Amino acid sequence: MCRCDGLLCRGVLLALLGLSPVAAWGGDAGGAVGLGRTATDDEIRAWDIDAAPDGDGLPAGGGTVGEGTGVFAEHCARCHGATGVEGPMAALAGGRGTLATAHPMKTVGSYWPYATTLFDYIRRAMPFDAPQSLTPDQVYAVTAWILFRNGLLEQGAMLNQTTLPRIQMPHRDGFVPDPRPDSR
Amino acid sequence: MKKSRDTPGSPMIDARHIGPPTRRAFLVGAASALGAAAAHALLAPWPGRAADVPVDPTRVPGAPATDYGRRSTFEHARRLATPQRSRTPLQALHGIVTPSALHFERHHNGVPFIDPARHRLLIHGLVTRPLILTMDELKQFPSTSRLAFVECAGNGGREWQGPAGVTVQDTHGLTSVSEWTGVPLATVLREAGLRPEASWMLAEGSDAAAMTRSLPLARMDTALLCYAQNGEPLRPEQGYPLRLLVPGWEGNTCIKWLRRLKLVSAPRMTREETAKYTDLMPDGAARQFTFEMDAKSVITAPSGGQRVRKPGYVEIRGLAWSGRGRVGQVDVSVDGGRSWRVAQLQTPVLPACHTRFRLDWRWDGREAVLQSRCTDETGYRQPARRELVALRGVNSYYHYNAIQSWKIDERGDVHNVQV
Ligand code: HEC
Repeated sequence: MCRCDGLLCRGVLLALLGLSPVAAWGGDAGGAVGLGRTATDDEIRAWDIDAAPDGDGLPAGGGTVGEGTGVFAEHCARCHGATGVEGPMAALAGGRGTLATAHPMKTVGSYWPYATTLFDYIRRAMPFDAPQSLTPDQVYAVTAWILFRNGLLEQGAMLNQTTLPRIQMPHRDGFVPDPRPDSR
Repeated sequence: MKKSRDTPGSPMIDARHIGPPTRRAFLVGAASALGAAAAHALLAPWPGRAADVPVDPTRVPGAPATDYGRRSTFEHARRLATPQRSRTPLQALHGIVTPSALHFERHHNGVPFIDPARHRLLIHGLVTRPLILTMDELKQFPSTSRLAFVECAGNGGREWQGPAGVTVQDTHGLTSVSEWTGVPLATVLREAGLRPEASWMLAEGSDAAAMTRSLPLARMDTALLCYAQNGEPLRPEQGYPLRLLVPGWEGNTCIKWLRRLKLVSAPRMTREETAKYTDLMPDGAARQFTFEMDAKSVITAPSGGQRVRKPGYVEIRGLAWSGRGRVGQVDVSVDGGRSWRVAQLQTPVLPACHTRFRLDWRWDGREAVLQSRCTDETGYRQPARRELVALRGVNSYYHYNAIQSWKIDERGDVHNVQV
């Protein structure tokens, strides 16, 4: 973050002191209130579906571009088109080199900074009409296929929790922190 | 966009192209108004039919009490809805609170149907004790209420490319104000015990998009976990039974249907904070984590699609707000920004909340361009369109907060223009 507002500074300061910023918020009730119960590992596992850029959270399993061809044809093509760009819904490839033009085209290949985000999003939200219906292997495979369509994977490639985070996305360094207020 | 326009508050201003019936049927069907039959008919529950309005309501017993109220048959203000969003009719509102039924909507795969008895909030990750909370338990925590706006990051997004909306509902209708009630986020997090490395929080909804954002804890000391809106449980489209509210931040950070908070040490880089809700600049770089909604204002009367009936007195009315605090001052121009007058602010003036402003004006019947300009308590002044476009180009889609211009032509018709 470019700006150092009071709160942020406080957060940084507390972090340096080894305290979580939130611990300093103080509270109406003093300590813990004693509500709720400890979540079990099974309960956490059932909902803990996010994946981070370093691969944290990616499930076991894997899939190849070849397998992804079939997954895409069966579960995705009707909305995204046979090769992922015909629509009617969002184009999933193309647009490289357009971001700084008058007609930018934001796609997985041209805009998304992390390949893990693609896995995470498909796993949680696609297919749109049946979210969370694919197995981890299917999600790896269709992720591989979309990256292949964007020229970011070889035809024979295989994705899993080790290989996926290693993919360098073209727009990886294209994001900047919020510089606002930028006008006065 | 050629949908109905709603009646504005001012008697001097007409809403053109009114869709729903405005027929005045005072006399129709009132022949036996004083008879027992008519009285009985009136005792039927709302909505009463316009045709049943008595000549003199002091001479006929009225309708009985009802278990859940509704508005008069004669009121038609409504949201403009497409499947994934609906817009608040700002031109039809009075004061600063948005009726819950008119609060704008934005969802990413429909409004989920959730039984509150089965809903759970899971808090895990970098905590000393992963927690599961029921709605009953969440309501037992120390509670608090506050007024705050929620504004979609994309409010006005279509205006970047030129004047797109006809009415203020089209151009600014993705912002609404409610009184929100819930428990401070900090209170609930303390219950789970934060580990020192916890600096970001992933919030996830239980809708079909499993809508997810990473949020920096250090800047969220006013965040609430809300279960109520305007005195009653949240509306389904506002996140029933539980939503996050980060006052002043773009609406999508206020995760609805909240089911999971995961404490982490870095943002998870979800699709909604990379592919979406990032602001593309002309050089191809994209601004990320642009949370605050900057100061903004708009004249709601006279506004696009309305007509000023005749020269003479007009009260200019509008709304101003800032995600960075209170509104400090609102200036109004009737000559396209050449000269400005300070508008009167109506109290209360609250942080991260709409503030109502007013200005007396006499329209001389000639073409006029009305503008309003908000300065917030940080000293930030709402930019002219020219200024904003020079800084950000026209392709960033989100966070459009330029000064809005409404042109009144010689007939009194009001148009969306950019000057
Ligand atoms: C029923 C139609 C439908 C199906 C089937 C479908 N999608 Fe989608 N997809 C959508 C819609 C609609 C969006 C945009 C959602 C939004 O923006 O909230 C979308 C968005 C996406 C995006 C994000 C695009 C972007 O640039 O933001 C990806 C990636 C994606 N889909 C992948 C898939 C995959 C993989 C499948 C098959 C497993 C699939 N979709 C199946 C409708 C569909």
